[in-house]
This record gives sequence, C-alpha cells and structure tokens, in this order.
Amino acid sequence: MTDQSDNAIEFVHVDYAVKGNRALISDLNLAVRPHEVFMLLGRSGAGKTTILKLINRLLSPTTGEVQVEGRSTLQWDPIQLRRRIGYAVQEIGLFPHYTVEQNVALIPKAEHWEKKRIADRVEEILLLVGLPREQFASRYPHQLSGGQRQRVGLARALAAKPPILLMDEPFGALDPLTRVNLQQEFTLLQKRLGTTVVFVTHDVSEALQLGDRIAILEGGDTMGVFTPAEFLASSDPYIRAYRETYRPGSPNH
Amino acid sequence: MSFLEFTTSHWIEIRTLTLEHLRLVSWAMGLSLLVGIPVGVLLIRRPKLRAVVLGMNNVIQTIPSLALFGLLLPVAWLGARADRLAITALALYALLPIVRNTYLGLSEVDPTVLEVAQGMGLTRGQVLWHVELPLAAPVILGGVRLAAVITIGIATIAAAIGAGGLGEFIFRGLAMVDNNVILAGAVPAAVMALVADGLIGLLQQFLKRPRV
Repeated sequence: MTDQSDNAIEFVHVDYAVKGNRALISDLNLAVRPHEVFMLLGRSGAGKTTILKLINRLLSPTTGEVQVEGRSTLQWDPIQLRRRIGYAVQEIGLFPHYTVEQNVALIPKAEHWEKKRIADRVEEILLLVGLPREQFASRYPHQLSGGQRQRVGLARALAAKPPILLMDEPFGALDPLTRVNLQQEFTLLQKRLGTTVVFVTHDVSEALQLGDRIAILEGGDTMGVFTPAEFLASSDPYIRAYRETYRPGSPNH
Repeated sequence: MSFLEFTTSHWIEIRTLTLEHLRLVSWAMGLSLLVGIPVGVLLIRRPKLRAVVLGMNNVIQTIPSLALFGLLLPVAWLGARADRLAITALALYALLPIVRNTYLGLSEVDPTVLEVAQGMGLTRGQVLWHVELPLAAPVILGGVRLAAVITIGIATIAAAIGAGGLGEFIFRGLAMVDNNVILAGAVPAAVMALVADGLIGLLQQFLKRPRV
C-alpha cells in the first residue's frame, strides 16, 4: 500500500459487504488522479453509489483501504474529510427550510469563515453556476425549477472550495435540454476550478462527454478503466455491448 | 346573582387564581419540553429504547390524574409542597405527546436530506440543529399544542391537593352546589386552553410555510 501516492483517491483491494449479505464491492482497485473527471459507469446495483460513500466515509470498507490524498479514510477525521469533499446527488437534498443563500453558505459557516468572505463566496459561486445572487439568493428551494435546484446543489457542494467533488447522477432527473446545458457548463466549470471529480452515471453518452476516464463497473468490481477514445475503440465484447446502447449524436435517452 | 355579577364582584380572586393556574401550567410545560424533546431525539438515535420509553409514557397517561397526585404525595421532596407536586404530575402527563411527536417528526425527515447533510461534513449536532429539528418543528409543535391543552385541563385537579389554580373555584362550586362558582373556574380555564391552542397553532402554520 503506497502511502506516498500521487493519486487523489485510491481504492486498494476494497471489499464492502453489509453484514450477512453478499459483497456490494469486491476486491476493487481504482486510482483517481488529481484534477481529472473520473466517471463510474454501470447499471443500477453495480456499486457506483457505494463507491462514492466509501470515499467520503459514509461507509467504511469491510477489508482493504480507501485512500484520500494518500491517507486512509479511517485515519481522517470524518468531518474534516467530508469538508474537503463536495457531495452532490440526484435528489439534491437541499434543505427546504433554508434559502438558496443559507444552503450554499452552510459549510463555509460551519468552517467559521468571516462574514464578508462568506458573502463574497456565495455571490461568486452562485454566479459560476448561473444563478445571479440578487435574483436567487433569498428564494427557497420549492420556488426553483429542477435545473435551478440542481445548480444550487452544485454551488453548495463547491462553496467551501473542496479539492474533490463527488457527483451521484446529478443530472439524472432533468429534462434533456436542461441536462445538456448543465453538462456543458459543468465541463467548463470543472476545467476552470481544476476540481477532482468522481461522477456516477448509468448513461454512456454522459460518461463519454464529461469523463477524462471511465471505469466500467459490474457487480461491485471494475471491468476496466478507459479514456473515451479507448472506450470507443475497444473490441472487448462487454464494452461493445455497452457501446451498442449509445448512438453518437442522439440525445440522452 | 347572575354569572356576570359574580365575576365582577370576584374578579380579583379570578385574576389571582388564573395567574396561579398559568404558573402551574407554564412550569409543567417548561419541564416537559426540557425533558421530552431530548428524550424524543434519543429515541431516534437508539431505536431499542423506543418501545420501553413510549410504553412507560403510555402507562403514565392511563393513571387517573387524582390518583397520580395521591401517588406522588409520599415522595420526599415532592410531597413537601403542593405546587411542586402538581407541577411534576402535570409535566408527566404532558410528556407523552411531546416525546411521541418529537420522535414522529424526526422520523419523517427525508433521509436523502440527512445523508447529504452528513456527507457534506456537518457534525451530528449540526445536523440535528440545522436540519432535523427545524424540519420536525411543525410536528413537534403539534405535540406541544396537545400537551398544553391537556395540561391546562388537568391542572384544575391540582386544587384537590391544595396547589391552587382555577380548580379552587370548581371544587368550591361543587361543594356549594353553585354553578356560578364552578363557571368562574371553568370558563377562564377553557379560554386559556383555546388561546394556547390558537397561538401554538399559528406558530405551527408559520413554521410550515417554506416547504417543498
């Protein structure tokens, strides 16, 4: 087990099983490099969400080790670890009793940032996700559209400038047009911020469009890690079966 | 003598007993909230305790109030003063709706919201304070509302052990077979219950406002 790894996140022989059940993750080895967008592609139940939760220690590996910035997640203080890792999910989980501004400012506040710095950051990050502060800061989540809510979720995840961002099908519930918009903006934003992103999807075209590298997951293990070009060129029958579902130029299903 | 004449001639006493009543109820509710909400939170964190605690609570509710006052009488510190005893007994009655609704409200909070709150690095205390309690507040207040109405009613019985309050009029009226005296206790108690119900109801509405 390399302590001095240059990887942002590394899975070393990780098993994860809920007591008495079959393993959800078995002997998984993965390395996510700094500043890349790393896609986890697989069908439902392949263990994608479990992998994200192992990274921010909502779950702990049964055996093996998950390392974040070279340190086992078990050695991190879980609160400190999670504050270095933004978390955005499909259901978003915005706090319905808090305004957009309060939602976004929560972690900076918990980190005891100065008032001025929080206000500046909220303005900056809302602008980055395309929601001008004057117009949106004091709205409640139920006053927003699905796409706007997802933007707030992203802003909240990025507010405290985490070096790592976990995204669990964040655009899954959006209409195709909004989704394509957000995907394009996300790519620009990620390039600009240089955040390391681990992104879960079951959508092949989303994986190809957003990912620097794509891990194909099946039954809690990886069937290989590919760049989009490698994925498209692979002659592996399993990868080809995946590719069949994807028609270049077609809108997301 | 009409009821109106009776109230005008006895208004000082009515006011005194109403304030006394309010004092008993306020202390009892305060104690009950102080104990009940933390116990409700504990039940969410420790599911194994749930059956035992809610069961015990139910048992307390089944004890007739006059009997509960009597049962607590021999308890050393409590029995020394009638109002102490009355406040304790009333707080015990108020406990069930508060504990149960705190538990209920917390259990209805969307698990996704909780998981995201935890995943983004809030501590347990922060999750409780920023997310769980505010989202459960309308349901918790429903329990407080019920508890307040029950307590205001049962507090009239506190007069039987000499703790004062509007029950004084009711018991005196019963002994004197005088409806005016009974009403002088019953009407202010009923008004107090309605006002408490209305005010807490308003607060509940206010807290429910921004929701998905």
